[in-house]
Formats: sequence, structure tokens, C-alpha cells
Amino acid sequence: MSKEYETVIGLEVHVELATKTKIFCSCSTAFGGAINAHTCPVCTGMPGSLPVLNKQVVEYAMAVGLATKCEITRYCKFDRKNYFYPDNPQNYQISQLYLPICRNGGIEIETEQGGKKTVGIHEIHMEEDAGKLVHDEDGDVSVVDFNRSGVPLIEIVSEPDMRSAEEVIAYLDKLRLMIQYLGASDCKLQEGSMRADVNLSVREAGAKEFGTRTEMKNLNSFRAIARAIENETNRQIDLIESGEKVVQETRRWDDGKAYSYAMRSKEDAQDYRYFPDPDLVPVSISDEWIESVRAKQPELPTEKLARYQSEYGLPEYDAQILTGTKKFADIFEAATEICKKPKKVSNWLMVETIRLLKENAMDAEDIRFSPVNLAKLIDLTDNGTVNSTVAKEVFEAVFKEDIDPEKYVEEKGLKTVNDAGALRETVETVMKNNPKSVEDYKNGKEKAIGFLVGQAMKAMKGKANPGMVNEILKELLSK
Amino acid sequence: MSLTSLTAKELGKKIKEKEISVKEAVNDTLDAIEKKEDKVNSFVTVADKDALLKKAEEVQKKIGEGTLGGPLAGVPIAVKDNMCIKGLLTTCSSKILEGFVPSYTAEAVKNLEDAGAIVIGKTNMDEFAMGSTTETSAYGATKNPWNLDHVPGGSSGGSCSGVAAEECVCALGSDTGGSIRQPSAFCGVTGIKPTYGTVSRYGLIAYGSSLDQIGPVAKDVTDCALILETISSYDRKDSTSMKREGLDFTSALKDDVKGMKIGIPRDYFGEGLDGEVSQAVKGAAKVLEEKGAVLEEFDLGLVEYAIPAYYVIACAEASSNLARFDGVKYGYRVKEYEGLHNMYKKSRSEGFGTEVKRRIMLGSFVLSSGYYDAYYLKALRTKALIKKEFDKAFSKYDMILGPAAPSTAPKLGSSLDDPMKMYLGDIYTVSVNLAGLPGISLPCGMDKKGLPIGLQLIGDCFQEKNIIQAAYAYECTREYRHSPLSDVYQVGGRR
Amino acid sequence: MANQISDDTIEYVGILAKLELSPQEKERAKKDMEEMLDYIDKLNELDVSGVEPMSHVFPVNNVFREDIPTDIDGSKDALFNAPSVKNGGFEVPKTIG
Repeated sequence: MSKEYETVIGLEVHVELATKTKIFCSCSTAFGGAINAHTCPVCTGMPGSLPVLNKQVVEYAMAVGLATKCEITRYCKFDRKNYFYPDNPQNYQISQLYLPICRNGGIEIETEQGGKKTVGIHEIHMEEDAGKLVHDEDGDVSVVDFNRSGVPLIEIVSEPDMRSAEEVIAYLDKLRLMIQYLGASDCKLQEGSMRADVNLSVREAGAKEFGTRTEMKNLNSFRAIARAIENETNRQIDLIESGEKVVQETRRWDDGKAYSYAMRSKEDAQDYRYFPDPDLVPVSISDEWIESVRAKQPELPTEKLARYQSEYGLPEYDAQILTGTKKFADIFEAATEICKKPKKVSNWLMVETIRLLKENAMDAEDIRFSPVNLAKLIDLTDNGTVNSTVAKEVFEAVFKEDIDPEKYVEEKGLKTVNDAGALRETVETVMKNNPKSVEDYKNGKEKAIGFLVGQAMKAMKGKANPGMVNEILKELLSK
Repeated sequence: MSLTSLTAKELGKKIKEKEISVKEAVNDTLDAIEKKEDKVNSFVTVADKDALLKKAEEVQKKIGEGTLGGPLAGVPIAVKDNMCIKGLLTTCSSKILEGFVPSYTAEAVKNLEDAGAIVIGKTNMDEFAMGSTTETSAYGATKNPWNLDHVPGGSSGGSCSGVAAEECVCALGSDTGGSIRQPSAFCGVTGIKPTYGTVSRYGLIAYGSSLDQIGPVAKDVTDCALILETISSYDRKDSTSMKREGLDFTSALKDDVKGMKIGIPRDYFGEGLDGEVSQAVKGAAKVLEEKGAVLEEFDLGLVEYAIPAYYVIACAEASSNLARFDGVKYGYRVKEYEGLHNMYKKSRSEGFGTEVKRRIMLGSFVLSSGYYDAYYLKALRTKALIKKEFDKAFSKYDMILGPAAPSTAPKLGSSLDDPMKMYLGDIYTVSVNLAGLPGISLPCGMDKKGLPIGLQLIGDCFQEKNIIQAAYAYECTREYRHSPLSDVYQVGGRR
Repeated sequence: MANQISDDTIEYVGILAKLELSPQEKERAKKDMEEMLDYIDKLNELDVSGVEPMSHVFPVNNVFREDIPTDIDGSKDALFNAPSVKNGGFEVPKTIG
């Protein structure tokens, strides 16, 4: 007899902030430096080095806190989290335990199964990232790269308010989008600028107490998260049903093998001995500072969503797609600003752009073309310089190489042919070469005209004005 | 007579007035070190002679051009081996840092080098500054120049013995719980621990981060004031560095204590204080009184709680600060090991000495789960109370006077077996670090064994000038006594 | 009140501090810790209720740095003292997870 179980999930999300320098030193955070190039005595734990806090980190943390409706802690400190590991140059991580910078916020999500709900945010704190450990293929050794050591992170700890993988993904999506809009991080799961650890427990439906929870790490995609949640839920239920206890532990998810294993080791007591870092002074946040951060806050996704509908008259579905990434929203607004044709811009983004992104396995963030060129193309299409078929071709060039459509059309001779004489000649030739279709049409097969139009377009290399071709054909066919 | 028998100021003056060259100063210093090192073992590393002479040339040139005109230009100085100097071996007198050559220089030392001073070498210390006798050094104990069977004190033992033996005219030390003041007293020299945050800690290898300060050790108050002026600066690389006005400490070198209110804590003169020390310190108080200072006995309070609070805080911070010594990035790594954690354990266990391990264990324990509140937080609350006591005292007095240590220098080998007893010897000095106050230690007599006795003056925060002035005035009533290893002593006379 | 430090505690603290003590050293460590903790218990005589723990002696807050990167390649200095280097990185015994 199987009982009904409820899955209880909380998330710890680490986000790499988009500052130019690390949190406690002036080393660059730029991606792709040579191994150990972006280092200094501070982020390599040299004796005698001291940390100095990057102000921009505090501002980003505050911005995220305000956007997630948290209370900003007016007096916060940094604490040392002490543990030994090679990617941790000081063998302590500077973090915040006792007085994190933000507390008690929430994010609203909506899912099919769960409807609307608010997922609580317990706290947000600032901390430093560790270096990277690369496991060597041909030996019993690993190699440490400290480029990432000291990169600023914020850790966003949710309340255990989620009940399904769907809710988790909705929460992460919303969080990610919001942080991207703030410019605080590019939040890419695959690249590690956003990392989610899942805390999961199960309990009988209706039970008031929480079960023992486990922590799951190494979840590098939404798919992995969803699979891990399902797997862990089942694993815990199985344990309980067979009379065993769930052990509180940290587990590592292996997406290739679709299973997880405990990371526990005798050598790690998990006793972090937190104490206030004596090398750093407290951060005291004034009302004025909070207001200045709030004033700098850009329009957030939910606000844009509403505005796109009210101001541009776009349907909700379209607005959702356009606000779905900051890049889309930015391009949409910039292009619309220039050509003043929101529905047309929206259409180009929603249809052709998305198609090309899929084809080229790209993310919206990878878009390289300029809204100026999109706006130009729209105007060229509207004023008849290019027809809709040619426009698509030109757009591909804009997408791939951000070419100037006006120049491109000129150079490639793609202007629509509107010369009635030239068109008439072509149509006559096409009719002569396709007597069967002509006869079919005359015998009542309306659709045959489409074929003839197609042939005429082909003959003119797509540049004919399709409307005019149609008219001329109809005229000649009725003779 | 070696140039090392002069004070730093005198030496600097002779160089400026072209009586002697920088090269001569450097050579004399190197000769003195060579002559005496076998006896005292003040140095872990003496800088390379060729490099030093090259530096001397550079400095001489700049003096000639007029770009270096300060009082310390061309003066050789020794630096305690816990301050990083680019290109020079830095060991903290520990095996775990053997072979470590930093790529950066401590800000305090940089300030000295910018003023033209020349770092002659790195002095011996208690390993990682943990100790009061310089016997925990992995490079052998340093001897007290007054009696080679006795310790020089610690942890800045090498700096103080170097000055007392006249191997060098001045040195830098560091003070976390008395490590400048106590060995200065034991060696008959003068040393200052400034207000916390006055001298940048960047490049100082940390022991107790909330307590550590770098300070000068020299033959007299004038030299100390001069050096302190030079090394103090606001450093953006150190978040605890204080922006301070009035760093012109030499302006306080006035022979005038009229009207200065000096408090003498009754609690300092209880059980445990050696009779001769008590007498000498009280004698010094009398001298100041005769010169016009107003002396008054008072109850300081909480004196006996300073040591346990200090050890909890210092050991806790040290246990974390020393975690970075793991055989991965620098220093000692054991040759044979099985896996990562074994490598950590073996390297650290073999690389650290007993006292360091003892303090790391205690520090880890007091921070561990379940004990944090009972020990660490309690110590921080005690620290707050101790500061309050001092605030109360300084609302009435300009400074506090007392001994620098409860005895004169003990014999070598007599302290390490009873660490508790050794810790209790810090009674006069640790509270000053806890409250972040400035303190100066200077000679005020000798005991029957011929060992120096030190006087300590403690000022309110940022009030170095008060204690410098009083110390200077007191010093004016005395003659500097040269240790048996000095040239003066050797030729059988006083200066 | 005498503090009793068990073998387990010394073992535990050794794991935290990554220190491996010989049996004699362990006995010594137990004794030392007990003595030190007995002495530290003196702090219990004080009434610290209502007193805020003081981390920093001076009430200085908000020491910041501007977000301006340095353009230096720190790899040479970083690796200069390393006991073991491989492929430009610090070589360590293999770690899992």
C-alpha cells in the first residue's frame, strides 16, 4: 500500500557577479585568461596578503536584494568559513554567515500544476569563489588554477517552499531573468556563472514536520535538475518505505549515469568554525545608498511584460517571448525606437530570429546584430525596396554578419523589380514555358496561378514585386 | 669603533653630512653581524653582500642628487622575519616556510626603503610570532646579549638582540601580545607598538590579525619615533589601516612632563611581579614625578582576564591564518604521502613546531561547533569590557605606567615546558593589544644578575605622542647602557 | 572545574586543523588543552550579559575598492614558490568531487 508523498525543495543558488574585478583584489574576472594569469598575492593566499572589498559587489548584491523584495541588512559583516581544499588558497572562504546583506524576500512564480505562489528567499549573501581543480588524465594528480579564485559570488538561499521540479525551474528562470536584467550576472548554468544546489526532502502528504534533507550538487542544466529531483525523490521514498532512514548528506549528481552518490568523506568534518573576518571591516548601508541603488534599477521583466502589452499593444504571448531574455527586450526596444513599428520588430524577433538561433544552436545572449540594422530592414521592406522573400535573405546576412541592409541590397542588386514592362516580359515567358499550368488555371484550377507566380519569381531571382506579378498574370490569363 | 655603536639618527646624520658613506655603514654592519652572530644568532637571513653594496651605491647617488634627504637615508635596518620582502627569503622562523621568497614587499618596509633605509637582513623570532622567548624558532634560539645563557624575550627576539648586540643600529619588530615590548625590556633597548591600524599590515605574515602591529626597535626613543614616523601610513591595501593625522611623532621629543597625569595600576604590582622589577619601575615613576608629572595609583580592573581573552582570540585567528600553509602553493611539502589529506596533515605536522601546533589546536577547538559562544564570543565580550576599562582610565590619565614584564629574562630552556607559566608572563602587555592602544617599552634599570629591566608606558588610542614625550623625558635622566656584546663595552667604557 | 579532553576530541581537532600527532604528542596536547581551557574558564567569572562581542577595536566601516582591473599576468609570481607545478598549475594529489 503506497502512501502519498510530498517533495519539499529549497535551492541554494550561486551567481557569479559581472564585476570587472574580483571581490577582494583588483585581478580581472575576464573569461579565458591563461592559467593562473589573473592572480595576485591576495587571491592566491600568499602570506601577508589582505582583502579589500569591491564596492560594486555590494551594489549588485543590494540590487538583487531589492529586486527580490528583501530587507537590506544595514550593518553586515564578513565571516571566514574554514575548511581545507586545494581550490581554496587560504583554506578559508570569506563569506557571510551571521549578518548576510539581504534577508526575507521572495519571488513569485506560476506553474501549471502549482498555480501562483511566492517562493521565499531566506537570505542573500556575498562570498568569494574558489579556484578550479582540473583532474589530470594521466596521473594521480589534480592541477589548481586560481583564476576563478576570488571571483565575487552572491548566494541566494530560498526557503523550502518548492514542491516540484516544475516549480524549481520556474523559480530559477525568473531569478535568472531578473538578475540578467539588472546586469548583475549573465547567469549561464552551462558556463557556471549560475549554479544551483538542490536541498530536497520528502514527507507524507499532510505531515507538518520536514523530513531529513539531502543536498545535491553538480547540476549543470535544467534537465539535470529535473532528473535529479525525480531521482532523489524516489530514492528517499524507497529508503523510507523499506524502513531505513534518510541520511543528511551532500550528494553529487552524475547526469550521464542519471544517478547520485554521497560525497561524504571521513576527512571532512564539515565544521566550518565561522568567525568574523578580522581583516575586513563591517559594511554599513545608509538609506541614501539604498535609494541610489533603487534609482539605478532598470525596468524589470514583469514591468516590461505589462508595458509591452499596454504601450505597444502586443499580445501577452508575444510580450512574454520578447521579455524572455534581456537581449530580446533590448533589441526590441532599440529597433522600435528607430522605426516605430513594434509589431513588425516583434515579428522578426519571434519568427526569423528564433528560427536562426535554433538552427545555429545559439542563445539569445549570443546575438550579434544591431537593432539599427533590423530597423533599416523593416523600413526597406515597408517601402517596397525589397519584397518579403528577399527580406528574409537579407535578414540572414544581418543575423550572421550584422551587415547594413541598405548597402547589402545595393551591392547584391536585390531591389524589387517594379518595372511593369520587365515584369510583363517575364510573365509572358513563363506562361509560354508552362502551357499546362496556364491551361489548368483556365480550366478552373485557381491554385495554378501560385505555381506560375513562383516560376516568375524564380526567373527574376526572387526580386519581382509579387503583387504586381500576380496582377499581370491574372490579366494575361484572363485573355 | 663600529658605526653600529651609533644611534640610527646619528648614523643618518653622518651620512647626510658626508662624514661617512652609505657603503661604510653597510660594511660596518655586515662586519658586526659576522663578528657576533655566532654568539647571539639574531639573524635568519643576512642579505647578499653584493646586492647590499649595489643598493648602497644607489642610495648614495640619490643622496648626492638630493632626492633622498631624510634622516634614515642610507641607514641599515634589520627586519623581523615575518615581514615579506621581495626577493629575500622570508621564513617566520618556521620550517614550513623554508625557501619561501615573496614577490612583494610589506608596506612598512617599503616606506623605509622609500626613505633610503637599507634592509640588512631578517631577524630571528618565535615561530610565527608565537612565543615569548624566541626559543620556538626552527633556526635555533637567539641569545640575550646581556647574558648568553638567557633568552632575549620574544617573539621579536632577534630584532631586539640585534640592536642590543649592536649588530645593527635599529630594527623592525611586530607585536601581537607584547612581542616588541617584552623583548625590548629583556634586551635593554626601546621598542614601540603603535595604535592598531597605524602601520599597514600588508606584507606582515598574520598571527592574530586583530592584534598585530609592526613597530620600531632601537637604542632610544628618538630613533623609535623617527622610524615610526617613516613606517606609518594609510594603506589602501589594508582594510584595517587607519587614516591618521599627526604622524609627526618626532615633534613629541620634548623633555617636558609637567602636568602630565600618569596612572599606576595597583593590580600591576601584586603577586607574581619580581621585587627588583617592581623597585626599578617604581623608581622610574618617581623620577617622572620629580620632573613634574602627576602620578596616581588606581584600580585598572579586569587585568587577570586579559590573558585568557587574548589567547582565545589570538589562537582562534591564528588557527585560521595558518591554514594556508598546506604544502600546495609554497613552503614545505612532505615527500611521501597517501592522498591529499594525508599530504596536508604530514606537511603541516612536520613543518610546524610544537608551540604553533598547540595554538592551532586550541584555536580550532574554541571556534568549533558548540564552543564558539562559550569561548570565542565570550572572549570578544571580555575584550569590549577591557577596552571600556581603559577608556575609563584615560578619561582621568594621560598615560598608564607599569612594568613591561613581571621578571627579567629567564634562562634558556626554562620556559617551554610550562606553557601556561610562559603565557602568564604576558600579563602587562596583552591587554594593550586587545584594546588597540599604543605602548612603549624602555630600559629603567638592571637586576642583580645584570639583566635589563623595562618600563612600559601605555597611551590612549592615537596618543603615541604622549607616551613618546614622557619616555623621552625619562630617558633624558639616564645614560644608554651598552650590552656586553657592544663595541663600547668591549673596549671597556661608556660612550 | 577541570576540563576533560577526550581522545576523540583531539582526533577531531586534528582533522579540523589538518594536524597529525604521535601518541605522545596526543597525550601532551590533551594535557595542554586541559590546562589552557581551565585557565580560560576564568572568563566565566565575568558578567558579560548585555555586552556586544567586539571584533574590531575602532568603529570603522565601509572600506572599499573601485572596480578597476589591473592588467598584470600574475602567473609567474604565483608559481614561483610552488613545491610542484604541472601545466602551469599547482599540482596536488588527486581529489574527488
